[in-house]
Amino acid sequence: MKHFTRLFTDLDQTTKTLGKIKALIDYFGKASDQDKLWAIALLSHRRPKRTVNANYLAQWANELSGLPEWLFYESYTVVGDLAETITLVLPSEFEESDFSLTYWIDFIKALEPLEVPEKKEKILWAWGQLNETERFVFNKLITGGFRIGVSQQLMVKALAKFADVKENVVAHRLMGNWSPELDTFSGLLYTTDGTDVSKPYPFYLAYALEDDVHTLGEPHEWIAERKWDGIRGQVIVRSGQLFVWSRGEELVTDKYPEYQEMLKLLPDGTAIDGEILPFKGDLPMAFAALQTRIGRKNLSAKLLKEVPVAFVAYDVLEWQGEDIRTWKFEDRRARLEAICPVNHPVLRLSPAVTFDTWEQLALERERSREFLSEGIMLKRKDSIYRNGRRRGDWWKWKINPFTVDAVMIYAMRGHGRRANLYTDYTFAVWDGDQLVPFTKAYSGLTDEEIREVDRWVKQNTVERFGPVRSVKPELVFEIAFEGINRSSRHKSGIALRFPRMARWRKDKTASEANTLNDLNSLLRFSEAGR
Amino acid sequence: MALLQFTDRGIFCERAGVYLDPWKPVDKAIVSHGHSDHAHWGHKHYLCTQDAMPVIRHRLNLQDNIQTLAYGETLNINGVDFSFHPAGHIPGSAQIRVEHGGEVWVFSGDYKLQHDGISTPFEPVKCNVFITESTFGLPVYKWKPQQEVFDEINAWWRNNQQQGKTSVIAGYTLGKAQRILKNVDASIGRIFTHGAVDSINEVMRQQGFVLPEAPRVTDEFKKPDLQGALIVCPPSALGSPWMRRFLPYSLGVASGWMKLRGTRRRRGADRGFVLSDHADWDDLNLAIRETGASKVFVTHGYAEIFSQWLSSRAIEAYEVKTRFEGELGEIDESAKEEGQV
Ligand SMILES: [Zn+2]
Ligand SMILES: [Zn+2]
Repeated sequence: MKHFTRLFTDLDQTTKTLGKIKALIDYFGKASDQDKLWAIALLSHRRPKRTVNANYLAQWANELSGLPEWLFYESYTVVGDLAETITLVLPSEFEESDFSLTYWIDFIKALEPLEVPEKKEKILWAWGQLNETERFVFNKLITGGFRIGVSQQLMVKALAKFADVKENVVAHRLMGNWSPELDTFSGLLYTTDGTDVSKPYPFYLAYALEDDVHTLGEPHEWIAERKWDGIRGQVIVRSGQLFVWSRGEELVTDKYPEYQEMLKLLPDGTAIDGEILPFKGDLPMAFAALQTRIGRKNLSAKLLKEVPVAFVAYDVLEWQGEDIRTWKFEDRRARLEAICPVNHPVLRLSPAVTFDTWEQLALERERSREFLSEGIMLKRKDSIYRNGRRRGDWWKWKINPFTVDAVMIYAMRGHGRRANLYTDYTFAVWDGDQLVPFTKAYSGLTDEEIREVDRWVKQNTVERFGPVRSVKPELVFEIAFEGINRSSRHKSGIALRFPRMARWRKDKTASEANTLNDLNSLLRFSEAGR
Repeated sequence: MALLQFTDRGIFCERAGVYLDPWKPVDKAIVSHGHSDHAHWGHKHYLCTQDAMPVIRHRLNLQDNIQTLAYGETLNINGVDFSFHPAGHIPGSAQIRVEHGGEVWVFSGDYKLQHDGISTPFEPVKCNVFITESTFGLPVYKWKPQQEVFDEINAWWRNNQQQGKTSVIAGYTLGKAQRILKNVDASIGRIFTHGAVDSINEVMRQQGFVLPEAPRVTDEFKKPDLQGALIVCPPSALGSPWMRRFLPYSLGVASGWMKLRGTRRRRGADRGFVLSDHADWDDLNLAIRETGASKVFVTHGYAEIFSQWLSSRAIEAYEVKTRFEGELGEIDESAKEEGQV
C-alpha cells in the first residue's frame, strides 16, 4: 500500500491541478494494473462494500488507546472525521510491511462473513502492520469518503496522458458500469467492443454567469432555456433496453418506472440529456416533491400518482448509435425537437425562451419563479457538447435569491477542514418578542470572518450542549436561499432550500432582524407563483 | 486567601501585589515570555528572564521599566519568592514559580518538553499547585521527533529546488522562525526572511544567538537570487502581494495545528509540517505528573476537556478562563507585527 499512500499524500498535499495530475501519472507508472483499477475506483467514489461497522472501529481504537469513551468522542468532534480520529488515537507502534492496495481491499472484503470478535482480531492485526498515514488510508477504505479533490475531469486528464488515449474517449469509458473486480485496466481503457450498453456520456456542466449578460456578445448567437430545478439525468435507449443515469453517476432506471415509456418514444441508439422533474398536469412541482421519491425503496402506486415524474429534454448526445456531441448545439437542438413529441407527459422538450435583446431576456428571467425555475440557461448556438464543468459556451444565469436578516442563536463546530472552528450556525427570526429558529447555514463567510465569528462565539457562549453552544442573540446575518416551503417538521413551520450566509450585517442589531411574518409572506408569494 | 487568584486582569498575587502575564494594564507584571497573548503593552513595571528581555523590550518599545532575573534566581517581593524556570517554549520563555510559607505554585506559561536546539530545555519544577496550558490538550495531538520533521522540511526544500521552485515556509515570527532557521539544513541553498522575522532575528543575534545567514527580502534581490531558496515568513504574509515575487513557489506551514487534515487543508498550503512549540498530549500528562502537584488549573485551548480528563485520573483540576490563545494567537500576532515593518 506504500504507493497508494504516497499517491494519497501527494494528492492531499497539493492544491494545484498540475501537481495532482503528475502524482496520478507517477502512481500509474508504479502500481500494478489491478492496483491502478482500484485506485481509479476509489478516487471516483466507488469503494469496497462496508464489512465492518464504523462504530466498532471506533470502539476498538478507543480500547487500544486506553482513553475514556467521552474523550474519544470529544476528539472526534474536534477532528471531524472518524477514520482520522481513530488513526490519531491509536498507539504509534507498528511493524513495517508492504502489502498491495489490492491485498488490503481483498482483506477488507474477506471480513464480511466473520463474527465480530474475529473481525476485531483481523483489524487489530492490520493496524499493527501499518504506519500512521497507511492506517488512515486503510480506515478510509473501510469507512469511505476520501474526498481528496480528484474530479472526474482530473482523473480523465491523467489517465489519457498516461495511457496515450484521447480525453473524451477516457471520459466516456470511465462512466458507466465497470468494476475493478470484473474489468482489467487495459480492458477498461483500450477495448472498443462496447460490451457495456448502459454507458452514459459525461455531463457538460455550466458555470454561473457573474458578469453582465452583455459581455456574452450578440443575443442571436445564443439559445436560452429555463433552468429547471430537478435532478440532471441522461436517458439512454440501446439494444432495446432503457438506462437512466443521474449526474452523480448512478444508474437510477428503477426509480422512475414511468420512463419505461421511453422505449416506445425513442429509437435504439439514442442518448438524451435532460432534467428529472416532477410534473403534474402541465406544471412542474417543487423539488421537495421529488425528494419524497428519492429515498424510497418501494414506490407505492399512491406516490407514483401524487408525484409523477417527467424528463425534460435539453440535448441529444447519441443518435442512431452515433456519438453526435461534436455537432453544433443548434443542430442537436433541431434533432431533439424532431425527436420529442409535443407535450408528452413523460418526455418533454425544454422550451426555448425567445428573445431579441438581453433586456427582453432579463425580463423573462425575472419571471423565473412563475415557472418554478431557478433562472435562465444560455447555450451558444455553435457549441459542441463538452465534458465536465467548462466556461465559455454554456452559462447559468440564476435569479437573485430570496434574503432575510436573521439572528444567530446557536453555533456548532465545523467538520473536516473546519474542525477547530465554530462554523455551523442556527438562525432565528422574531415572533413577537421571541426568537424562533428557522434555518441552519454554514457557508458564505470568508475564512477571516469565520475566525472572527468563532472568537465571538467562544466569548459569548451562554450554554454548552456537547458540540453546540447557545450564544447571546446579537449577531445578524443576511441569509440567502433559493426556495421556501411549508414544513411541519420545523418549529417555524417553514423550510428553506440552499440557505447560506450572504453577508454579515454588522450594521444591524438583533432587534432589526426580520420576523416570522416576513417569512410567511415570502412563503405565500412563492406559493402564489406556482 | 489563595497565593494566586484568577482575575479579569490576569493571574494575581495579592500578597505581593503583582500579576503574572496580565492582559490589562497593571502596576507590576511578571511576564513568562514575549508572545503577545502573554506580554501585553501598558504595564508600569515588567519583570522577565534575562533571555526574554531584549525581545520584549523591542516589541513593547520599553525603556528602563523592565527588570530581569536569570533562570533559578529568586526575587522576594513582600515575603513572596518569585523565580523563573525554563519552559522550553521559545528562547527566554519561563515557568513562574511562586512560594510563600512553604506553599509552592507554578504557572507554566507556554511550554514544551521536546528539545528544539535553541530554547533552554524545559525543567520540571515540584509544586503544590500547577497552572498548566493545554493548547494541544487532546489525545489526537502527538508530535514526532523534531529531526523527522526537519528531514521532511529539508526533503521538501530540495525537491522544490530541483523543480526550480522557491520554498516558502510560514511560522510565527518569535520562536518558530528561529527554530526553523536553527535546524534546517542551511547547506541546501540560500535562506531569506520576511521583515517581521528579520527584525526579531536581529534582536536575538545581538544577544548572542547564532543563526544562519538569512537576509531580509528586499528589492535588491532578483528572481535568480530567490529561485530555489528558502523563505521564512509569518503566516500573515500568505496570500499577500509580497508573495508574488517568489513565483513559482511551494508553500509550507509549520504549526502543531497541521496535525489535523482539516486545518491543514484550510490553510491552503501545499505542505503542513507538524512542528509545535507547545507540549503534545503525552508531554502535557508527563509534565503534570512530574510536578507532583495535588491541584491543577488548566488554561488555553482545550482547558475544559483537559481538566475533565485530569479529574477522571483523580487529579483535582479546574478550567480557568484566560485571554491566552496558544498557537492561534501566536499566528495572529504576526499579522500585527507585519504592520509595523
Ligand atoms: Zn507562547
Ligand atoms: Zn500562550
